[in-house]
Amino acid sequence: MAAHSGEIRYLTPPTVDVKKKKYCRFKKSGIKYIDYKDAEFLKKFLNEQGKILPRRITGTSLKYQRKVAQAVKRARHLSLLPYVTDMMK
Amino acid sequence: MLNHYEAVFILTPVLSDVQMKEAVDKFKAVITDNGGTITNEENWGMRKLAYPIQKKSTGFYALLQFDVEPTVIATLETQFRRDERVLRFLTFRLDKYAFEYAEKRKNVKSQPKEVVEEKAAKKELKEEKEN
Repeated sequence: MAAHSGEIRYLTPPTVDVKKKKYCRFKKSGIKYIDYKDAEFLKKFLNEQGKILPRRITGTSLKYQRKVAQAVKRARHLSLLPYVTDMMK
Repeated sequence: MLNHYEAVFILTPVLSDVQMKEAVDKFKAVITDNGGTITNEENWGMRKLAYPIQKKSTGFYALLQFDVEPTVIATLETQFRRDERVLRFLTFRLDKYAFEYAEKRKNVKSQPKEVVEEKAAKKELKEEKEN
């Protein structure tokens, strides 16, 4: 098998998967206001520990990321979301 | 200049239903006595808190939406702070988009209430089954 010198050969050419372009869900669906009372919705922007997910993962635009962060913090204050937790999902 | 506001507050679970209403009415009175009008009122009922507050794991949530002069907010918030029945509160000025959202919420509120109750009923059924 090690006959090929250095170069790796594949039987099927490796598929370079086309990356799905991330988009801002608020811009796309025209949501202007993020409700801090809707904890279920805000959970989409948190990881299992209850931390706010970065923009590079969710794809939210900067304008709405700030609003998401603000809404999450309000929800935490009202005990609708936890400050710290494990296994939220 | 009148502004749109909303206030969410959590009352201690040790109160009876009558005392709850009394507490909510008290804050409503603070608003109306200072020349404000209440546009919407919601009682979310007993809810589990995401983390304990004053060693309590449940609380009674209430939401008020109202139009009032900005100066009244300070008096309302001191009332919240002084009242021992209030575990937490949040007053929030509704901007243009928030107000639109609030209006929509108000209009669809009457139907989802039944849905929520149905859901609760289903949950109870599930729990019964599990037991």
